[in-house]
Amino acid sequence: MTQSIRVTVNGEERVSEVEPRTLLVTYLREQLDLTGTHIGCDTGQCGACTVSLNGQPVKSCMVLAVQADGATVETVESLAANGKYHPIQQAFWDKHGLQCGFCTPGMMMAAVGLLARNPNPTDAEIREQLEGNLCRCTGYQNIVAAVQSAAEAMRVAQPVTASGAGGAGGEEE
Amino acid sequence: MSVTRMFGASVKRREDPRLITGEGQYTDDFKLQGMLQMTMLRSPYAHARIKSIDTSKAKAHPGVRAVFTAKDLEGMVPPMPCAWLIPDSDLKVPTYTALASDKVRFVGDAVAIVVADDSYIADDALDLITVDYEELPVVTNQEAALKPGAPQLYDDVPNNEAFHWKFRNGDADGALQRAEVRIKQRFVQQRLVPNAMEPRSAIADWNEGAGELTFYNTTQNPHIVRFLISATQGIPENKIRVLARDVGGGFGSKIPFYAGDALTVFASRKLKRPVRWTEDRRENYVATIHGRDQIIDVEMGADRDGKVTGLKVTNYANMGAHLSTAAPGVPTWLFALIVPGCYTIQDYACDVHGAITNTTPTDAYRGAGRPEAAFLIERMMDLLAGELKMDPAALRRKNFIPASAFPYTSGGTLAYDSGDYEKTLDLALKMVDYEGFRQQQAEARQHGKHLGLGLSTYVEVCGLAPSKAAGAMGFQGGLWEPATIRVLATGKVIVLTGTSPHGQGEETTFAQLVSEELGVPVEDVDVVHGDTNAIPMGWGTYGSRTTAVGGTAIYKATQKVIDKGKKLAAHLLEASVDDITHDHGRYYVAGSPQKVKTIQDIALMANLAWDLPEGMTPGLEENHFHDPTNFTFPFGAHICTVEVDEETGEVKILRYIAVDDVGRVINPMIVDGQVHGGVLQGIGQALYEHAIYDDRGNLGTGSMLDYTVPNA
Repeated sequence: MTQSIRVTVNGEERVSEVEPRTLLVTYLREQLDLTGTHIGCDTGQCGACTVSLNGQPVKSCMVLAVQADGATVETVESLAANGKYHPIQQAFWDKHGLQCGFCTPGMMMAAVGLLARNPNPTDAEIREQLEGNLCRCTGYQNIVAAVQSAAEAMRVAQPVTASGAGGAGGEEE
Repeated sequence: MSVTRMFGASVKRREDPRLITGEGQYTDDFKLQGMLQMTMLRSPYAHARIKSIDTSKAKAHPGVRAVFTAKDLEGMVPPMPCAWLIPDSDLKVPTYTALASDKVRFVGDAVAIVVADDSYIADDALDLITVDYEELPVVTNQEAALKPGAPQLYDDVPNNEAFHWKFRNGDADGALQRAEVRIKQRFVQQRLVPNAMEPRSAIADWNEGAGELTFYNTTQNPHIVRFLISATQGIPENKIRVLARDVGGGFGSKIPFYAGDALTVFASRKLKRPVRWTEDRRENYVATIHGRDQIIDVEMGADRDGKVTGLKVTNYANMGAHLSTAAPGVPTWLFALIVPGCYTIQDYACDVHGAITNTTPTDAYRGAGRPEAAFLIERMMDLLAGELKMDPAALRRKNFIPASAFPYTSGGTLAYDSGDYEKTLDLALKMVDYEGFRQQQAEARQHGKHLGLGLSTYVEVCGLAPSKAAGAMGFQGGLWEPATIRVLATGKVIVLTGTSPHGQGEETTFAQLVSEELGVPVEDVDVVHGDTNAIPMGWGTYGSRTTAVGGTAIYKATQKVIDKGKKLAAHLLEASVDDITHDHGRYYVAGSPQKVKTIQDIALMANLAWDLPEGMTPGLEENHFHDPTNFTFPFGAHICTVEVDEETGEVKILRYIAVDDVGRVINPMIVDGQVHGGVLQGIGQALYEHAIYDDRGNLGTGSMLDYTVPNA
């Protein structure tokens, strides 16, 4: 008993048959072979599976694939474009924001969402808004530094205008 | 012209591009043709007799390929090995089978496996297995387990005591009797859950025709896994290839060889299909090893002027329901030898009782024994300072092994090679403005604010080796490391290491080391690890040994490459070898540096072998198998200042200062990152983390919701 879904994943429209109970993360990993999105806990606590769903960061272990029917999903594999890293990727690399790298895709996707909402966050805001993404290696110091560095790079690339739309790829709240 | 010097440079990690783009290759990311998925049925009871298991409904479930219980393993999967057989301790290794046959002994003990077309089907089938359990009395606390009348887990481990290990140096009893001051204290090192972000996973791919096994695994030590599979499942060691590509954190929890690992091999051999198993986080909490869980009684004696004279320690270590791979060594050797720390305490005795209980097995976790030792001795110093009304820093100073005394044989009989404990302490005190803080603290107290300062010094026994010590300690393996440096005709370099980094960044660090020595650009060096078919041997990444032991092996291999290059350069430059200078990738005759053979020229000529000197073999490749003669002893001082809310107990960390002498730093950025992570895991234990069992052996803190892994 499967259901047909149509999802735009990383800019590509995918039509798939899924079981209604299939989690979005399982669909991405097992059916679309997008293994950059990791499963750390499958209970919505660790954030390793964070992807962007219609522009909002979500934990893809808490979303059914059928709920993504008609939606747009972006995963870590979408971040780099035209041979260039996304500022968040560049910043994680520059600032040593990762060690084992397992939490990193989810951490970066959450950070992208954070910066879309708040292009100029304080350290405290970064720490608060990333509290749903766990990392056991880094002690978070360099993750915070990386998000700050990305924020700066994104502000330079796309200054906040008087009309208020700021942040690369950001949506208005 | 000359290559940038790499030793000491904060080179960005070469691991990162694949990891930030989602192109890492963690075990669960591999998908093999025809691969099946395995799941494990785990006991909901901490102690129960298995009266019967009915798997018929599960077997009949569509998509299920097989269901196995302990009966099916007979003759195929022998009991799981314990690989640290500590001597002179009356050690009893209880028989632990990958699937429980007669009894389950902890919540999470495996009783059956399902192999199915996908994990959802396999999980469904788990629900269709009926196990008839008869509950038995439970004991989870180590002291309770050792008492007469406690529930017995194994017939052949009387009083649940797996070992009683002893260490004696000098005369601790006499010293305590003579002491002017005696302090007694009990410390509880609470149980912790390692929580590597990547759950454990294994894929076994058995090729019946070739008699070969390919095994993908979340492990810190692939060659040990190869050996243990061979030893337990009868596959010749040379027919097993273990791959640990990217591994998502370990902290010790990916050292052991687990039931799930053995069972995927079994299932793949039975079904002749690749079989993948990946635990979920709930399983990770109950079936991956835990850390610490030691109850430690300490008595320390000192003179009135603060000189410590004797130390007696009794450690009751909770080993869990069986002895995990390296477990017996953790609360004994790795703990006891370093207990005297930075101090001149010689009269020292330690007893360790390893108790079997109805809990998840414990094993090496972040520091493994050594943080427990540092905490113990440093807290005792604080307590003694309090008793004597001395400044805690001054008391430590009084007891430090002076810098002039090295090399120094410690009260733990370790041969400390070097150290300057005052220097690191002084620096830390200066950084925190110790006197100023004490003033601030006194003033704040008058306004009802509670500021505190925690001070800790340490020396750690690291760089786990030598193999001779491993043997003496009963570790069933060596602790040397091999390295291969292979310089290709194009001047590109492949480095093989038997260590198995999983976040520590040695692909970068080792490339820097080789670049520095050979004088090749760092981007020309590739470091290969985690493939037992590519790498001669290896004992893995743990015990702060990867750079100290594996890196030294690499360094020594580079010197052999340089030496061979010298001989070839001499031949090509028509000079005597003794006259050839090697300077960072350039060979020339001393005094005439304009005639140069670069390492790349040498690599090409060595690989072409058109014109080699008499007796020289072709190629430019060298191995070095390095076995150190001693451990390493990094040391330092950490200071943390906090504000405590007296009403709520909330602790706010004001500053954390870490002064660590780690020797020569190859990549400061990476070293700092390692320290950050270690500090936060320490803070986690101090303030947030505690794995708690209820009376029936249920893990109350069995998820990331109930157990606080520190967040950002």
